[in-house]
Amino acid sequence: MNFSDQDKKGWRLLGLPFIFSVLLLAVPLATMFALSFWTQDYLVLKKTFTLANYKEAWFEPVYQKLFNRSLIISMTVTFLTISFAFPVAYFISFYGGRRKALWLFFITIPFWTSYLLRMFLWKVILGYNGVLNSFFKWLGIITEPLTFLLYNSNAVIIALTHGWAPFAILPIFVSLEKIDRSLLEASKDLGDSSFQQFFRIILPLSIPGLIGATLIIFIPTIGDYITPKLVGGPDGLMIANMIQVQFSKANNAPLSAALSVSSLLIVGLISIIFVFLNKKHLRTF
Amino acid sequence: MKATNEDLVHAIVSLNNIKKSFNDIVAVNDVSVQIREGEFFSLLGPSGCGKTTLLRIIAGFESPETGDILINDKLVNSTPPNIRPTNMVFQNYAIFPHLNVQENVGYGLQNTKLTSKSIKNKVDEILDMVGLGGFNFRSSSALSGGQKQRVALARALILKPRVLLLDEPLSALDKNLREQMQFELRQLQKSIGITFILVTHDQTEALTMSDRIGVMFDGIVDQVATPEDIYTKPATKRVASFIGNMNFFRSNILSSTAESVRVESDLLGVLDIDKVNIFGGSKAKVSIGIRPEKFKFKKPNGGKKVKSLAGKLIQKTFLGENLLFSLDVGKKANKVYISLTPSGEGAYPKVGENVTVYYSLNDLLAYFEV
Amino acid sequence: MYKTNKLLKIFVIGFLIFLYAPAVLLPIFSFNSSQVISFPLSGFSTKWFGQLLNEDTLHDALLNSLIIAVLSSALATMLGTLTARAASRYKFFGQKVTMGFILLPLILPEIILGVCLLTVLIQLGLNLSLWTVVLGHTLLILPFATLILLSAFNNLNISLEEASLDLGMNAWQTFYKIILPMVTPGLISSLLIGFVISLDEFIIAFFLTGVDPTLPVYIWSQLRFPAKLPSTMALGTILLIVSLILVSFFEYYRRRIEKYSQALTRGK
Repeated sequence: MNFSDQDKKGWRLLGLPFIFSVLLLAVPLATMFALSFWTQDYLVLKKTFTLANYKEAWFEPVYQKLFNRSLIISMTVTFLTISFAFPVAYFISFYGGRRKALWLFFITIPFWTSYLLRMFLWKVILGYNGVLNSFFKWLGIITEPLTFLLYNSNAVIIALTHGWAPFAILPIFVSLEKIDRSLLEASKDLGDSSFQQFFRIILPLSIPGLIGATLIIFIPTIGDYITPKLVGGPDGLMIANMIQVQFSKANNAPLSAALSVSSLLIVGLISIIFVFLNKKHLRTF
Repeated sequence: MKATNEDLVHAIVSLNNIKKSFNDIVAVNDVSVQIREGEFFSLLGPSGCGKTTLLRIIAGFESPETGDILINDKLVNSTPPNIRPTNMVFQNYAIFPHLNVQENVGYGLQNTKLTSKSIKNKVDEILDMVGLGGFNFRSSSALSGGQKQRVALARALILKPRVLLLDEPLSALDKNLREQMQFELRQLQKSIGITFILVTHDQTEALTMSDRIGVMFDGIVDQVATPEDIYTKPATKRVASFIGNMNFFRSNILSSTAESVRVESDLLGVLDIDKVNIFGGSKAKVSIGIRPEKFKFKKPNGGKKVKSLAGKLIQKTFLGENLLFSLDVGKKANKVYISLTPSGEGAYPKVGENVTVYYSLNDLLAYFEV
Repeated sequence: MYKTNKLLKIFVIGFLIFLYAPAVLLPIFSFNSSQVISFPLSGFSTKWFGQLLNEDTLHDALLNSLIIAVLSSALATMLGTLTARAASRYKFFGQKVTMGFILLPLILPEIILGVCLLTVLIQLGLNLSLWTVVLGHTLLILPFATLILLSAFNNLNISLEEASLDLGMNAWQTFYKIILPMVTPGLISSLLIGFVISLDEFIIAFFLTGVDPTLPVYIWSQLRFPAKLPSTMALGTILLIVSLILVSFFEYYRRRIEKYSQALTRGK
């Protein structure tokens, strides 16, 4: 392999960021990967190869349950967020007129405060003496506070759906904006009703945005730590919470590493499927 | 290409066996061209023929894989563009959007030891020359296409280059402005005497502006000649069909003498063609070419040299400056095109009529089939 | 047509209420005199804001967060500039793989990044400090900086650089006089976005910080104490207002740039 002029010039620039990423990303990921095949006896690491951690992570009911719940929660959140986001993005793109930027700005305003506090505020809203319960009591609908609102998977789903909504609106909005408006006129001209037009033109052309939004929401929510910890209670905990517990409190870093690697595998697999779907879809144009 | 007396005029840019390819696609294939000091030279060809790459090799943005490039007798193969005595007018003008007209035009002078006052004077002078006097503090975003073009020109000329390179500088302008700028550029070049090398795909532009034209196809320069020679004596079949229109007739060679070659074609019959009008190697098949405007409806004087062709007129198209007739000559061959400049005298044949058209043997060109 | 339009409008308004619900509670409860966060409200008070003034740990945490945010956004913007320039200008061996790798933190759950980095630091026997958080945050911000700067560098027409070289400037002069002024909006966006992400980031900071908490780590610790909740709400209100001012400024600036570039393309 001989290096061209482009190779030299490119690497002269990329050298520093590359070294940085190797030291802070490749080395840590490799270490974690190695760690997942070792064992820890209290504070001492045993560096003999074993698959025991993976066996435990994949077959112990506790962890299986957590993986399942994390997947279900983040899939539900993704589905809900996109279902809410699409009409909003559609509204802004098609009826936003000259104030599209202002509408987008309005949608992002509530998200310019700490993620921690936003998630915590759902605890305030859904709690035993929370906003909803005290409001319902004041209205006289209930006499005793509702207890099923907080500390379960539903609370996690509500909080996450709220927290990630703008991240779904933006990519969908962008793909709707990209639709050439003359296509819509053409479809009307060829006899489509508004309803037909939506399903035959607008929806298919916004699929790249929908897939982008799916990935943007699915990936971070499956690994979210804060929300389940704050509003999930014992029944709403997710895999990230277990990774943290095993790593620090339980002093079982190897198991924590195996759980991390397994989550990465799941996330990676699903991302690849979606990226593949996106490419296949784009090829049909 | 053989050296002629004309090639002995000092060559300001000398390209010798230049080759350049990008990822296995050959953009410039063994090109040798001498560009003379003080001439207006055009590189003409369809898009993708390598003319822009050749210009960028002269400017120093690309380096040739093989071959030498000399500017003012100095080998500049590895000289970076900022050191070369060439300046360029870019296709999209490349006006720096964050600088005003004054700063754009004076850009290259900031690197010299000139005081800001003398830079200002030089900018004023050159802006006057390109017809933008007083535009110094205009924002570059407030300029029209034509004005941007003048700024780009002033910015390059202020550095007094030995060679000015122009990469399709007029392609973004509308037709009227383009024609005006063609005229102005030509005048400017003659008055300042700097060598201009223009890249264009527009044959009219090249024919009207240039002293000499190099016609390029697929990385090869087919012909370097004056506009007249390019039009009347195109050296290859592809030059002949790229410049203007040409009717082609496939023919076989029957025999040849010292002065002429006897050929036979389905349509034209047996003809003797002068050797000066024959281009290319010696193979059995030739294409005979004749420009549409060489056909006449009235028989001209010319004795044995005049030949005729009969057929049915199937279409008449008015093209503004001339009329184009299509003649169906019966046999399986294609249509023959005939072009006339309307002169008002006499009536033209109507569509559907059977007509006879006349041409002179002197107007035939022949190209050996590749 | 009109009917769907109206239904859609009602849906959008309902969605906006859902979006704003938690954020609206922040100022309400931070001015509520009761220590218990629930309805009905008991009365107006600014005492919770006053309490913030005396919290030394809060002030230290805020300072730590600001230092970390400034350093990590500057570092990420610098590395991102190198990456974006390399990717937009050259095609070279290993480019795609390296780019993908640099962008990888975008799709890694933060908890995993935190665990990974902490594992290595422990193995190396390094002490946790503000610097370890700076490095972690730089890693996290770098993909954002790279993407923002990549679009800035891709918008840069290469013929402008060539024109500058052609007019006699060398590569450094060209960078300073042409490239830098033209990518400045991208640089500012990158710095701002990086700053905001770092300021709000909790998990990596939680894992990598030593004895000095950052602002989110401080808030996390306060959430456990019901008595501290109202003043935490007050803190949240202040943060919301400050970031709104920052974002509005950014939006205003972005629009000016947009108008400017629209003017440029119109002039074509």
